Amino acid sequence: MRTIELNVPSWPGHRAGQHLDVKLTAEDGYSAERSYSIASAAGEPVAITVERLDDGEVSPYLTEELGVGDELEVRGPVGGYFVWEAADGGPLLLVGGGSGIVPLRSILRQRGLSGSDAPVRLLYSARARSELIYRDEIARHRDGVEVIYTLTREQPADGWTGYTRRVDPALLAETAWPAGKHPLAFVCGPTSFVETVAGGLVALGYEPGRVKTERFGGTGGR
Amino acid sequence: MEELDGNGVAGLLQEIFGTEMTTAVVTCGSCGAVAPIAEAVVYPGGPGTVIRCRNCTGVLVVITQIRGMSCVDMMGIGP
Repeated sequence: MRTIELNVPSWPGHRAGQHLDVKLTAEDGYSAERSYSIASAAGEPVAITVERLDDGEVSPYLTEELGVGDELEVRGPVGGYFVWEAADGGPLLLVGGGSGIVPLRSILRQRGLSGSDAPVRLLYSARARSELIYRDEIARHRDGVEVIYTLTREQPADGWTGYTRRVDPALLAETAWPAGKHPLAFVCGPTSFVETVAGGLVALGYEPGRVKTERFGGTGGR
Repeated sequence: MEELDGNGVAGLLQEIFGTEMTTAVVTCGSCGAVAPIAEAVVYPGGPGTVIRCRNCTGVLVVITQIRGMSCVDMMGIGP
């Protein structure tokens, strides 16, 4: 996992939760393109956090070879669905599985920078404690931000106060805002994780139109 | 096969249509389900990008790009 800050001179500005596409082209003309969630808030320098996938075509280069001063071909910002602005309000339920935390981090930073007082619950699932990213930063959010962690493949012996189980309807019922508060939910992670959470929230009475989802193919967080 | 959702092809769609398309709501011609493109199932890995209905898996849109040309077949979008 690596966070990369990009200097894009013509960047028009982005909204929390948007993406950018990175295109790599080999000397023989072969090219591969991937879409990454922007990890920074609107007004901050553009940053992406990239998880290295062993069989990836783009992520090994971005995480291991790309250095300061190298140039990249990018397109963005793109996307307008999985996006939060202060005017959208809350209460916010952010549910992330694995690297699905990245756009949620952008939303959290956006909330902080904009001075929004929308109450937030963040439910963050990862396989192991060592795979939790932005942990120190997330811990610094205080007023109105509750963070609930769960680990799916590790039961730390010492000092762990989070859950050690998968996110399922029972855990959602325990941790999510009650539907009566009219919450706005953002759910990002592997496909099966997102399906479980989105379905679980709607079953709890969340309005389907207020459960925004974003799925990626990987298996992080399971 | 790699499976994403419509958020992952926001850039491709914007390049072709010239505007943000993932919030566009489409009706599936196969089952009649109505959903934003962002919620559709996307298979980016084949010779083209295939966008399918999350409800019935019917094909909504196929996009193929070759030699700088984009072929967009919106075969499965209902009236």
